[in-house]
Amino acid sequence: MAKLHITTSINGEATEFLCEPHETLLDVLRNDLQMTGTKEGCGSGDCGACSVTVDGRLTCACLVLGVEAAGREIGTIEGIGGSDKLSVIQEKFLEHAALQCGICTPGLVVSTQALLEQNPNPTEAEARYFLAGNLCRCTGYDKIIRAVLDAAATMRGAA
Amino acid sequence: MSEAREFKYIGQSTIRPDGFDKVTGRANYGADLSLPGMIWGKILRSPHAHAMIKRLDTSRAEAFPGVLAVATHSDFPSVTDQAIESGEGSLTLLDLARNVLAKDKVLYHGHAVVAIAAKTSAIAEQALALIDIEYEVLKPVMDVREAMAAGAPILHPDMFTQGLAEKPTTASNVATRLEYKMGDIEAGFKDAEVVVEREFYTPTAHQGYIEPHACTVRYEKDGQSMIWCSTQGHFDVRASTAKLLGLDLGKLKVIASEIGGGFGGKTTVYLEPVALILSRKSGRPVKMIMDRDEVFKATGPGSATRSWVKIGARKDGTITAMQGRLAYEAGAFKGSPVMMGCMTAFTPYAVSNMYIEGFDVVVNKAKVAAYRAPGAPQAEFAVEMLVNELAVKLGRDPIDLRLQNAAKEGTQTIYGPKFKRVGLVECLEAARDSKHYQQALAANQGRGVAAGFWFNVGGQSSVHINMNPDGTGTIVEGSPDIGGSRASMQMMAAEAMGIEPGRLKPIIGDTENVAFSAGTGGSRTTFATGMAVIEAAEDVVAQMKQRAASMWNVTAEQVEWVDGVALNTAGEDRLSLAEICAGADRTGGQISGRGNINARGAGPSFAVHLCDVEVDKETGKVDVVRYTAVQDAGKAIHPKYVEGQYQGGAVQGIGWALNEEYIYGADGLLENAGFLDYRIPVASDLPMIDAIIVEVPNKFHPYGVRGVGESGIIPPLAAVGYAVENAIGVPVTDLPLSPPRVFNLIQGKG
Ligand code: FES
Ligand code: FES
Repeated sequence: MAKLHITTSINGEATEFLCEPHETLLDVLRNDLQMTGTKEGCGSGDCGACSVTVDGRLTCACLVLGVEAAGREIGTIEGIGGSDKLSVIQEKFLEHAALQCGICTPGLVVSTQALLEQNPNPTEAEARYFLAGNLCRCTGYDKIIRAVLDAAATMRGAA
Repeated sequence: MSEAREFKYIGQSTIRPDGFDKVTGRANYGADLSLPGMIWGKILRSPHAHAMIKRLDTSRAEAFPGVLAVATHSDFPSVTDQAIESGEGSLTLLDLARNVLAKDKVLYHGHAVVAIAAKTSAIAEQALALIDIEYEVLKPVMDVREAMAAGAPILHPDMFTQGLAEKPTTASNVATRLEYKMGDIEAGFKDAEVVVEREFYTPTAHQGYIEPHACTVRYEKDGQSMIWCSTQGHFDVRASTAKLLGLDLGKLKVIASEIGGGFGGKTTVYLEPVALILSRKSGRPVKMIMDRDEVFKATGPGSATRSWVKIGARKDGTITAMQGRLAYEAGAFKGSPVMMGCMTAFTPYAVSNMYIEGFDVVVNKAKVAAYRAPGAPQAEFAVEMLVNELAVKLGRDPIDLRLQNAAKEGTQTIYGPKFKRVGLVECLEAARDSKHYQQALAANQGRGVAAGFWFNVGGQSSVHINMNPDGTGTIVEGSPDIGGSRASMQMMAAEAMGIEPGRLKPIIGDTENVAFSAGTGGSRTTFATGMAVIEAAEDVVAQMKQRAASMWNVTAEQVEWVDGVALNTAGEDRLSLAEICAGADRTGGQISGRGNINARGAGPSFAVHLCDVEVDKETGKVDVVRYTAVQDAGKAIHPKYVEGQYQGGAVQGIGWALNEEYIYGADGLLENAGFLDYRIPVASDLPMIDAIIVEVPNKFHPYGVRGVGESGIIPPLAAVGYAVENAIGVPVTDLPLSPPRVFNLIQGKG
């Protein structure tokens, strides 16, 4: 099957790629663009390891086709923090030891950013429900939730 | 070690050295490596639970454009019918070969049969459909009761039960019968005034790591083959793969990628030998990644078990007898952790009369893999449920009753040694004195208490520390970092050397740049690899002192090492570590320390958990409303990561108790091979998990460390299970306590 030529924007950078019609956005990011920060835990929308934003909306990259990226603004973990600095969310994850193996972390950082953009002052319950789509098998979520609430407080203070 | 020791770095919660990479997505896990010219491997898996392979023809698939290699069991040249220990203990080499690619017979739904490598994964997938294969379907055996029944279909016609008084003449699904005993069990029950007894069931449950198994490999004829994979032990991957393919260890390099969770499930090989065969046949690097469905069907899980336990006590609370009979599913090949179940079940108690027997039983499910304190949660679930019942019958507080019977220093264990100093009493006291335990329960709530015991292991670890001319250094260790262990290694080395932790960078060496190290498992890394790190750091310090001595023309004994600085006790001179490193070229070359050890003296870690649940009596849904995990760390090197181990273990156990189970149809096919239907706990299911670190030092570790990774998954099964029993007033015997099961218990239909 012929590959399709797609023009999109990833983390604010104009990007072009060729992909098969059946390829997911996750496959395109990881295999074609070598952006492996977005992880795959299930491929079926159940784990949140592949969390990205599409036009600002939190999305599982494994549930979107690569061709659907055409003309949209894609946000991935590679767009958060810089080469020598971290976002407040990333810093708080480290400070609170909110990761053990770390495979869930990129997805959680992307999801937490989406949460705090919508709701800068979430309650513990709101944070837990918003992040219920991001599985973490290592931490039991305690330290993740603490990191998220602390990041929210810090960002409100800084704003 | 002395308990009053003051530490400079140990006990602080530093930022992990690999943290930046992990929160930015830069860290590379099993599926993240691609190589030039790389192709993709996929596996055809059995659609049946139990069947003979009558005909297998791969010629149409091989001819499919884009297919570059096909592998089957016949590609394992060196594996003969005789069973050879693979070095991993529980799986023989032949069984391992048959598990990674089936021979003649498929033994579970999802059992690998054929592997194909093609230019793209889509082509490989299409080619799988072109494999011509005919099965003769056999009746599956899905439970220990069926498997042990007379006339059951036999999985392995050449398997005869070991451990029987008389040598059996007929094949059986029971691989082994074993027993442990102490004292006189009959006398113990005669002495008892109150007896409790029950039969329990725990389901098949998966480790549930979020990262699927993955590897990228390259076979090179000249002996430069390499495997990049996600594993808890890359030296074990090397050993198994080299044996299966008939390679020398020195001709295979295994690089451990970052690992996205393992919990015991990444201590064996599935894809790696198959990928290497495909690479050998195609001449190309091969990448293989399991999808989630394959992870559930063909890897892990932990054993489903049936256990019967009976406990007798006098009215004053003295437990006089504990008896048990445990049957553990091994999956398709022998080797369940039933022995560990027998060894751990009663071990939190100092009781004179004990008897336990265990059965290792094969069934048509995936071969079980280690799962965090393998074998212990299931057995201790049964015992802890009954100890809670006993407390009610005796009119005693459950913690108080445990304190009366608690194992302590000098207690004889059923499996051999007498305990050295252990911290069970301290954990029970901390639980009793916690705010949680003082809090009153509300309507529809119940509380459960449970203890847990795990041995922890030591074993071989190798470390070297290479110092740089500017006084920084690299700690090269061989234990994959699954939960932040690099941070602990950095802190222990810094403590021993007296320099800032940030001056030292810990890395996980591959199988060629560090000597053999056992895998990350058995809660051994901070203990054993930590000991090796300390030894290597002390070696560095000894060399520093010598170098300083040679510069000052004194003996090394005249040099003191204080906070990273050499002091001349015969004069006023001082040289910092950085200064000695800068001058190393003039004093004999660069400095590196070595610690290659076989660590003994692992300290058992006891845990005690408290759980409060609230039950919705109309739906049977159980919510955990408060949870406290208490555990003895010996010494917590990095307290936040220690708490993280307690919390993570607790939540895995909560999932096991409340939701997680493999669901099979009557045909033996797995019906819930995905995270939607095999539901692990999510953030909104849980409260905060209070962690209480108890520190009763292990005197065999320089800083007092006990392993902390595993004990925390043991108590939750009974802490949650008994909390539900307490809330609904109906005895609980089977897990998981999913809404339909709890609803039926409430309705009296359990
Ligand atoms: S990989 Fe997309 S949700 Fe799991
Ligand atoms: S840290 Fe391992 S899955 Fe979250």
